[in-house]
Amino acid sequence: MNPFKIDGLDREPIKTGTSLATQQLTALTHHQLQEALITMNRLLLLFILLFALSGSLQANPQVVRLATTTSTYNSGLLGHLLPHFEKQHGITVQVLSVGTGQALKLGQDGDVDLVITHAPVAEEAFVEAGHGIEPRSLMYNDYVLVGPKNDPLNLEQAEGILDALEKIHQRNRVFVSRGDDSGTHKKELELWELAGLQPGFRNYRAVGQGMGRVLTMTSEMKGYTLTDRGTWLAMRSRLDLALLYEGGIDLANPYQVILVNPQRHPGINHRGARLLRDWLLSETGQALINGFTVDDEPLFFADAN
Amino acid sequence: MDSIGSATLQAIQLLLSGDAELWQIIALSFRVSLTALLLALPLALACGFALAFWHFPGHWLLVTLNNTLLAVPTVVIGLLLFLLLSRSGPLGDLRLLFSQPAMIAGQFLMCLPILIAMSHTAYQSLSRHAWETTRTLGLSRLRSLWLITVEVRFALLAAVVTAFGRIIAEVGCAMMVGGNIAGYTRTITTAIALETSRGAYVQGIALGLVLLLLALGLNLLVGFCRGNSVQGASH
Repeated sequence: MNPFKIDGLDREPIKTGTSLATQQLTALTHHQLQEALITMNRLLLLFILLFALSGSLQANPQVVRLATTTSTYNSGLLGHLLPHFEKQHGITVQVLSVGTGQALKLGQDGDVDLVITHAPVAEEAFVEAGHGIEPRSLMYNDYVLVGPKNDPLNLEQAEGILDALEKIHQRNRVFVSRGDDSGTHKKELELWELAGLQPGFRNYRAVGQGMGRVLTMTSEMKGYTLTDRGTWLAMRSRLDLALLYEGGIDLANPYQVILVNPQRHPGINHRGARLLRDWLLSETGQALINGFTVDDEPLFFADAN
Repeated sequence: MDSIGSATLQAIQLLLSGDAELWQIIALSFRVSLTALLLALPLALACGFALAFWHFPGHWLLVTLNNTLLAVPTVVIGLLLFLLLSRSGPLGDLRLLFSQPAMIAGQFLMCLPILIAMSHTAYQSLSRHAWETTRTLGLSRLRSLWLITVEVRFALLAAVVTAFGRIIAEVGCAMMVGGNIAGYTRTITTAIALETSRGAYVQGIALGLVLLLLALGLNLLVGFCRGNSVQGASH
């Protein structure tokens, strides 16, 4: 039998008509209850304190934080490069794979030690504002325009990327935009501007997702999108899309590696970041970049010199 | 794209083959969520107990506030923690952003209101005089607390299972404050998000299956315990 399960009617606290003795007893137990709670709270405080202290207060010299774009990570390039560096220097590289906009913001706030991004204008502003130091060309690849396999707009015969975009705009075709302030997104907006067009036409879809997901969505919607070649090559076997336009200076996609300013953020692992940067720009790092292929096609071209 | 059937088959093969990366992600998820749960449990039980047995001015307000917290979306908790823990935020010197402790803190905050609400209800199922009864029987405060807690153990177990289910299946906050760093803060849910964006559905399905089996297992456990407790109460 359950000694505590008393009828629901008995639930209300005793207020009226109680003897003095009962009132005293109630007061006493309330007091004791409070004491019990205080004891518990002390234990909890200790718990929370220990928990807070368990996080390291200093930057771990064996860990470097790199914020980079989805194009270098999702394509598999970093998975190909970084184990070599980690083995050689005994340093773990933690990669945050985000858009260029967010990567630069993480660098600005000192949440990472270095960044690899591909948006020249934003990078210049980043360095000029003193958030980053010593920008270096790391590698390049290019952007390509992809769309439905049967190419209804005959973009393969377009005179240039701007001409191709104009056709999509004129015919009001579905164009999927990253819409996430990433390097690719910035590039796309730059191209619309160069073409003298407003991107906000009815079938222009800004989705705010990474490159991989944008390609999948484009494929599902039978639309067009601008993508970096790396992600395209890594993903094309799973997509119902074809490369429709490539080439030309307007589609160049240079990547830079930038160290976060250690004067702004003394707590970051600047030494480790510099080690990684120097290694990426070294002959070993550059050769590994050139040696990375998907389906026997190189994705990035080393550009340190 | 592979058909769902063949992708699922490959996913099961991947799980059974003991793929190291996959199982490491699963282990990490469990470690983070269990830690958060164990840290939150004592605090939540204390609060639930206090709310059930101690009536004070503003009691209803606390209950209402806690119920409100139940409805706060996880991305909002993630955003809040992100702003707090960023190096440019007030707690930036702790260097906790994009770390396991940050994820644990997020999950702690997520499971606390559930545990409080459900343990409050559990303790409420007993008479308010239960505490006084045990005390007048001469038991120490700690013994009384323990006895009362044991009395409602099945309801508390349901609370724990519900809370665990919520935090291990959560993606928004884990992504924001964990950062989905391979081998360090990549959990089942953030890995599914990443693999899907990469178009690697097999890994995503494999991890999804783990979550599904986990939910089934936990609910079977609760169902089993409930069944037992009903039998126990009926004689």
